[in-house]
Amino acid sequence: MKTSALTSISMYMLPVTILVILGAGLKRKVRIFDAFTEGAAEGVSTVIRILPSLVGILTAIGVFRASGALDAIVGLLTPAASLLGIPAEAMPLVLMRPVSGSASLAIVSDIIGKYGPDSYVGRVVCTMLGSTETIFYTLAVYYGSVGIKNIRYTLAAALIADGVSAAASAFICALVFGR
Amino acid sequence: MNYIWAGLLAVGFLTGIINGRIDEVTKAAFSSAGKAVELSLGLLGIMCFWSGLMKIMERSGMINLIAKAVQPILKPLFPELENNDKAMGAIVMNLSANFMGLGNAATPFGIKAMEELQKLNGKKDTASDAMCMFLVLNASALQLIPTTVIAIRSDAGSAAPAEIISCIWAASLCAAFAGILAARLLKRIWRNWPGVGENARPAMAGKAVAVLPCNRLNAGRYGTAPGSIRPGSGSGDRPRKGIIKRTG
Repeated sequence: MKTSALTSISMYMLPVTILVILGAGLKRKVRIFDAFTEGAAEGVSTVIRILPSLVGILTAIGVFRASGALDAIVGLLTPAASLLGIPAEAMPLVLMRPVSGSASLAIVSDIIGKYGPDSYVGRVVCTMLGSTETIFYTLAVYYGSVGIKNIRYTLAAALIADGVSAAASAFICALVFGR
Repeated sequence: MNYIWAGLLAVGFLTGIINGRIDEVTKAAFSSAGKAVELSLGLLGIMCFWSGLMKIMERSGMINLIAKAVQPILKPLFPELENNDKAMGAIVMNLSANFMGLGNAATPFGIKAMEELQKLNGKKDTASDAMCMFLVLNASALQLIPTTVIAIRSDAGSAAPAEIISCIWAASLCAAFAGILAARLLKRIWRNWPGVGENARPAMAGKAVAVLPCNRLNAGRYGTAPGSIRPGSGSGDRPRKGIIKRTG
């Protein structure tokens, strides 16, 4: 019941938002179509500006993943992760999550196919998937769009948030559903 | 970004050689490059659409209204954005689009926010504190209904696909708080120990102090001295002279 109400809210959210934007524009006598095309033209140049950095980052990530370097790191970090209560089966996801959204999704489907979606591990990986973002992609797109080269502490802070979310997912699922 | 990129590629290719997977690795490089283009093309239409709507919101004054409304909540996180409605408005639209699960709409707003933040940024090639905070918030994006997760759970035959929503909210909040704390802490570290930042060469901590004045000189030369807002506005002679005097 509760979920279906929430789902329909999110379904109507988009059209309603657009209608409100258009309505407010008309009320304030904005020449909305002119404004729209002007903004859309800016959108084109933004996408072109992002493209090079997106190619760079996605290529590097593709190489890193295909080489098996990621698997090696999984092996190294698993003991440390078990100290935080993160199940070993979830480790590939923890490392893949910041790097690739589609690969994370594939890992999660694989895990819940194997252990069942209502198992402890299944719940933990679903919670992890839902509570984090594909950081490398976000960084490439957002910093690439304005030409930032030195990102300072962004990656470090984002990865800390990511680690906390992984540990919190394991802890909260154990608390709510038991192991 | 330079080091991260080089590191990913170098480790990738070296491990590929060691593992005897060099063929796959090379193939992956080209296919990911193609995928990046596909992604950008897919982004193009949505980007145009939402940038257009954003322009309408800007002209109708809706952005200012939204920014004013949430100013009290976001001000502590972005102290440098006071009275900057355009940047604040775009940040809010991005975060709320993420919250509603409208990933397609979130990206254009996020990029708009970055462009506005870049106007305030003193060093155009270096991320400002506000940018770091904004991206960290994005990394732990809280979502009202995590539709993808629910979909794959029901696909896998879960008895109650949506039962983990509250867990996801809690974990997201933990991540957001941790991210904000980490960003705050690291901001101090980066400022107080320049040797940690990318400007100074690692393992040359003693020379870091000697490197600093050069950086200041460069900042003046490229017209990006702190305080100059428009690109190129500081490229005249005066700021350069001022800085040379101070350091020389």
